[in-house]
Amino acid sequence: MQFFGGSEISPSPPVPTASGNNAHMMYIFNRNGVCLLYREWNRPLRTLDSNQDHKLMFGLLFSLKSLTAKMDPSSTEKGNLGVPQLPGQGCSFHSFRTNTYKLSFMESPSGIKIILVTHPKASDLRESLKYIYNLYVEYVVKNPLYTPGTPIRSVENLIDFNFHYTIGPEASYSTQLLTNMCEVSDDLAQVSLLQHLVYNG
Amino acid sequence: MAPAVPRSGDAIFANVERVNAELFTLTYGAIVRQLLTDLEEVDEVNKQLDQMGYNIGIRLIDEFLAKSNVTRCVDFRETAEVIAKVGFKMFLGVTASVTNWDTEGTCCSLILDDNPLVDFVELPDTCQGLYYCNILSGVVRGALEMVSMKTEVTWVRDMLRGDDAFELQVKLLKQVPEEYPYKDDE
Repeated sequence: MQFFGGSEISPSPPVPTASGNNAHMMYIFNRNGVCLLYREWNRPLRTLDSNQDHKLMFGLLFSLKSLTAKMDPSSTEKGNLGVPQLPGQGCSFHSFRTNTYKLSFMESPSGIKIILVTHPKASDLRESLKYIYNLYVEYVVKNPLYTPGTPIRSVENLIDFNFHYTIGPEASYSTQLLTNMCEVSDDLAQVSLLQHLVYNG
Repeated sequence: MAPAVPRSGDAIFANVERVNAELFTLTYGAIVRQLLTDLEEVDEVNKQLDQMGYNIGIRLIDEFLAKSNVTRCVDFRETAEVIAKVGFKMFLGVTASVTNWDTEGTCCSLILDDNPLVDFVELPDTCQGLYYCNILSGVVRGALEMVSMKTEVTWVRDMLRGDDAFELQVKLLKQVPEEYPYKDDE
């Protein structure tokens, strides 16, 4: 019996780009600014140590969201620039592109922010971001050994395999194959069965 | 690219993996029974069920948002409708209706048509103070807290105690917008 990954993850994983230029980096933050996950596949230049880097990225997004909410031409009532907003409220940006990279962003109403930094010619990645959010739900949120609000460690869950093979360099493997290959120990299975029943109804 | 359309509760319920309803009911009954044996005080059991529900709710919200594609609700009325129509349907397979709005729109009641948790259940005389379905109030409170709404959720009517329906009162205390978490000097 499969305890994880039994339900279908929707939408289906996006088709990897033909040129093989997949993501360079990925961040996942929660609403308090804790970096839950950081993965890099192609990063030639590192200017800051990782804590500073995460804070910089989070601060950048926070400011950009405030800016876009303030500049929104369609909404009538806007707070002053810098006034805290509810997550998901007001208009929010979904990507920006420079001449060397493109950054795609998605925020859920619960405050989970997913960032993908890719090659500048990448197409709209909103479907991929939604897919990552679904993976996050399937493998991290439903993992009974994971404490919400703490960084995701790759030993605890299968999310790492899925990312590596769908977004990273070897994007040709399917995720189903990998979930079937991962072994789950017995006592973990007992705990997760009960959680799965109580949680899923 | 067209924005994702929110899916209806029925559509999601049909797609999501389900377990046998009786297994679920009996498992829940076993949990409550065990809590009563361990804690003995009915108030303690109520609190513990609420806490368990809260822990479930803070995780459940992400699954709900991922599967149902709802965008940010504009006000609390819409939130209550979404919980009743999409949320309950998706996770428990039953719909609820929203009634009893107060004048400011911050307090409402969710009336459950039927409640799968209480099939086959009767409360004995020794446990008359028990809110058997208190886990549901914890779930709603936990889930709403993760979308920045602090709420208070209580059972107003409970069929196991002799009333005619299951009525859950949800009261919005305040909305908590997110603030920049880092101090400026760091």
